[in-house]
Amino acid sequence: MTVWIAIVVTAVGAYAVKLLGLSVPAGVLERPLVKRLAALVPIALLVALTVQETFGGTGRALVVDARAVGLAAATVAVVLRAPFLVVVGAAVVVTALVRHVGGAM
Amino acid sequence: MTAAPTTADKQSISPAPRSAVIRDALGVGTAVGLSGFAFGATAAGAGISVPQACAMSLLVFTGASQFALAGALGAGAAAPAAVAGAFFLSVRNAFYGLRLSQLLCLPRAVRPLAAHWVIDETTAVTLAQPDRAAARLGFTVTGASLYVLWNLTTLLGAYGASALGSPQTWGLDAAGPAVFLALLAPRLRAGGRERATAVLAAALLLMAQPLLPTGVPVLVAALAAPLVLLADRRGPGRRGTVVR
Repeated sequence: MTVWIAIVVTAVGAYAVKLLGLSVPAGVLERPLVKRLAALVPIALLVALTVQETFGGTGRALVVDARAVGLAAATVAVVLRAPFLVVVGAAVVVTALVRHVGGAM
Repeated sequence: MTAAPTTADKQSISPAPRSAVIRDALGVGTAVGLSGFAFGATAAGAGISVPQACAMSLLVFTGASQFALAGALGAGAAAPAAVAGAFFLSVRNAFYGLRLSQLLCLPRAVRPLAAHWVIDETTAVTLAQPDRAAARLGFTVTGASLYVLWNLTTLLGAYGASALGSPQTWGLDAAGPAVFLALLAPRLRAGGRERATAVLAAALLLMAQPLLPTGVPVLVAALAAPLVLLADRRGPGRRGTVVR
C-alpha cells in the first residue's frame, strides 16, 4: 500500500512540475532576461545529464568505463556531422564492444 | 547560426525536413523507449510488482525519477524520502516547459495533455528543430513513440528481462547520453554563449556529483545559464544567438 501511495504522490508532483513550466504566462516569457535564461537552462541541464550518464557510477562516484569510450565515438560522429541514428549507434556498439573485449568494464 | 533565420529561410526549408524530423523523432523514441526494459527489470529486481512498475511508467513518465523511486523503495528507504528524491529529479522538467511553451506556442486547452510528455528527450528534439512547425512535429512524434514504447517495454521488462540479460551487455546504457549529445550538437554549433554554458554546466556537474545527493548536481549545473548571462553582460559584449 505504501508503495502505491508513493507512486501516486510522485506522479502528481512530477505532473505538476511539468505543467507549471508550460503554464508560465506569456507576459513573463516576453522579458528579455527570462527569454535568454529559458534558452540556456535546458542546454545546461541536458549537458549535465549527458556527463552524469557517461561518468556516473554507483552512488555519488565518478567512473571512466566503456561508456566513456562509446561517448567518445559518438563525439567523433557528431564532429563529422553524422546523422542522429549513426551517432547513437556508434555509442551503443562501441560501448558493447569495449565491454566484450575488456571483460568487466 | 549567429542570427535568427529569416522568414524566407524558414519557408524554403520547411517542406524538406518534415520526413527528417519524423525519422529523428522516431529514432529517439525507439532508442530511449527501449530502455523501458531496463526500468521494468530494475523495478522487478527491487521488489516492485508488475502493476506498480507499469503504473509508474504510465503516470510518472520521467525516467530518472522512476529509477530513483523504484531503487529507493527497493532498498527499503522510507516512502517520503523516496518520493522526495524522485521529485527532485523531476524539477528540471519545469525549466523544459518554460522553453517549450515559447517554442511550441501551445493553445491553452492542449497544455495539460502536452505537459505529461515534457521530458528530457522531447525537449532535446524540440530544441534541435529550425522552426515552430518542425518543433511541434518533433515534440509530438517523440512524445507519442516514446510513451507507447516506454510503457510496453516496462511491462515486458518487469515480466522477463532476466532472460535478456543486463542492458549494459548490449551497451544500451550509452544510448541515453549519446541521444542528448547528438541533439545538443546543433545548439552548440549555434553560438559562443551556448558553448560556454555547456562547458560550465559539465564542469559544475563533475564538481557537484561526488558531493551532493541524487538529483541535486544536475540542478546545480543549471546555474551555468545565469552565470554565463552574467559574464556576458559584464564582458566585452559579444552578441550571442538571437532568441527565437
